[in-house]
Amino acid sequence: MSTSAGAFETLELRGVARSFGGREALADLNLTIRAGEFIALLGPSGCGKSTALNCLAGLLPLTHGSIWIDDSQRIDVLPSERRDFGMVFQNYALFPHLTVEKNIAFGLQMRRLPRAEIDRKVADALALVRLEEHGKKLPGQLSGGQQQRVAIARAVVVEPRLVLMDEPLSNLDAKLRLDMRTEIRRLHQSLGLTTVYVTHDQEEALSMADRLVVLREGRVQQIGTPEQLHDQPANWHVADFMGYRNLLDVELVSLSGADARVAGHGFELSATASQRVTAGDTVKLAIRPSDLVVASARGQAPASGNVVDAVVEVVEYQGREFAVDVTTRTGTRLHVRSDFAPTAGENVRLSVDPARAMVFSSSLDSEAAAELAAVGA
Amino acid sequence: MTSIATKPPKSSASLKHRLAERGIDARLWLLLPAIALALGLFVYPFAYGFGLTVQPLSSTVDTYGGGIFANYVAFFKDSFVFDSVWITLRLALPAALFNVVASIPLALKLRRRFPGKRTLQALLVLPITLGTVLTAQGLLIFLGRQGWLNRFLVDAGIVDEPVQFVNNYLGVFLSLVISGLPFAYLLISSYLSGIDPVLESAAQTLGAGWGARFRRITLPLLAPGLATTFILTFVLAFSVFPSARLVGDASGSTRVLALMAYRSFAEQLDYSMASTIAILMGVVELIVVAIVFFGRSFLYRGSTGGKG
Repeated sequence: MSTSAGAFETLELRGVARSFGGREALADLNLTIRAGEFIALLGPSGCGKSTALNCLAGLLPLTHGSIWIDDSQRIDVLPSERRDFGMVFQNYALFPHLTVEKNIAFGLQMRRLPRAEIDRKVADALALVRLEEHGKKLPGQLSGGQQQRVAIARAVVVEPRLVLMDEPLSNLDAKLRLDMRTEIRRLHQSLGLTTVYVTHDQEEALSMADRLVVLREGRVQQIGTPEQLHDQPANWHVADFMGYRNLLDVELVSLSGADARVAGHGFELSATASQRVTAGDTVKLAIRPSDLVVASARGQAPASGNVVDAVVEVVEYQGREFAVDVTTRTGTRLHVRSDFAPTAGENVRLSVDPARAMVFSSSLDSEAAAELAAVGA
Repeated sequence: MTSIATKPPKSSASLKHRLAERGIDARLWLLLPAIALALGLFVYPFAYGFGLTVQPLSSTVDTYGGGIFANYVAFFKDSFVFDSVWITLRLALPAALFNVVASIPLALKLRRRFPGKRTLQALLVLPITLGTVLTAQGLLIFLGRQGWLNRFLVDAGIVDEPVQFVNNYLGVFLSLVISGLPFAYLLISSYLSGIDPVLESAAQTLGAGWGARFRRITLPLLAPGLATTFILTFVLAFSVFPSARLVGDASGSTRVLALMAYRSFAEQLDYSMASTIAILMGVVELIVVAIVFFGRSFLYRGSTGGKG
């Protein structure tokens, strides 16, 4: 199987927006998808990511904007059934009255392919998702993971020019989710698909996608590769989503270039400004748990002076390291990592590399977001 | 190998627990009111009625023979009586079919939200509150020879003389539609709400236009519900009585079984024949219901993905 002749070089969303009864669910989405890319739309529930996907699929009409293929063909005016996109739904949406084979054959039948070709392609697709022996079963007789594989086979068997996936793994258990992640990525690569994948799980998005689009309240916060988002979040919201679990409101004491000095919660730290901020402002300080390390092991002095004193509250064993919750002198709770197990109640000293302590503006206004989205794209 | 070897070990739970496992527990007495009602208001009268049928009048035995089953012989031999089976079916089957078929597009269209939906829904369901006699009276006033519609048609010069809308087959058919359509619509829309709309979206992304989506997805999932709806409206229509008399042609095209039973009872004072007709009416209904349910057993009847 390979992508169809209807494949494209680029698919472009221009100012796509969608409102529901006056409420803006998605605003001004600009995105260019290149053939073969794996794009993840990421955000908390209600951020507009599913709306964006449904607009792309043609299941929701756009309120504003347009969608173009190769700059020449406008497709947002086409009904869903003529866009030639495959879609995988969150609850699989398998036809309960049709066998697995007939579910997969459905799209091929709609394209009026000859019977023999349909049979061959269905068999190929079943083999692709390793469900050969389940072809004659009804969807209700399969497990969740198997149903999801049928849904994927059904979407890709028609060789769509774009595959849309709406949180396809959210109904599966943790282990299966990991397996299916690999499976989907494998299919994407081996079939040369172009995929738009919606998820609220940042880990899933980071591990699967070539590029991520982070949405918040219907607006793009940042577009970039997993590395860009992981290392250079555009604002504190993206940072929050990318695992910067320590987000503190602090005061920006001084600023020279990107070197910032912040104070609050009973400590003062050197940090790096990642957004346009002014000294004297209340800003957001973002630090990953893994960058905030328990440095003072039984009186051992930390290397740099960039330290916070705290008391250990909860210690959680997580395989190779320990996740530790500590509180500072003013009672602020911080999440940190440690490669040894401190005891609860122990006084510890935490150290952080100034380059890994990021300072963001506390406002998330659209102006800043738009500016950063442009940088990301 | 003996069968004992494969049996699981005997349950060690108490007798009470094991009985409860099979649904036998102290709360079974909650069923008492239902059992009392069924016995008192259905089983006993039904048995009594059947008893009546095997006590024919001596005149019936003399005419048709058959001993205590003379009434049954009479039913099948007397073409005046037996024909009304076909007359009733000719009325009830098309009426039930029309109600079901006409409800499908209504229910489909009214699934989505649009301005005025509630008003339209209320208008559709309102006739359910009208009694059959009221409906019949309304039909006479509206559609009769001197009715508003005929007067309008004649005055407007569309027809030369009043059109015969009532006191015939059409009149009864219309009254069956007025009382049956709301039922069918309500039932079908509730079945439809049990079908997850995302299935249609899935079919759409796979290239199915609305015709194909309806034929391949919605209709097969709705079919068992349609069969049930058909049966219910059929049963309603089959026992039609007031409208057959009031807006029908009681001695001709709408000489339905209920009328025949009433005639035996009230005009010929033949209580046993009236009971026989009533019992055989039930048998005919059961045959139709059995055929439909047999057909329904071949349909997919599992989950339809929705919340219904």
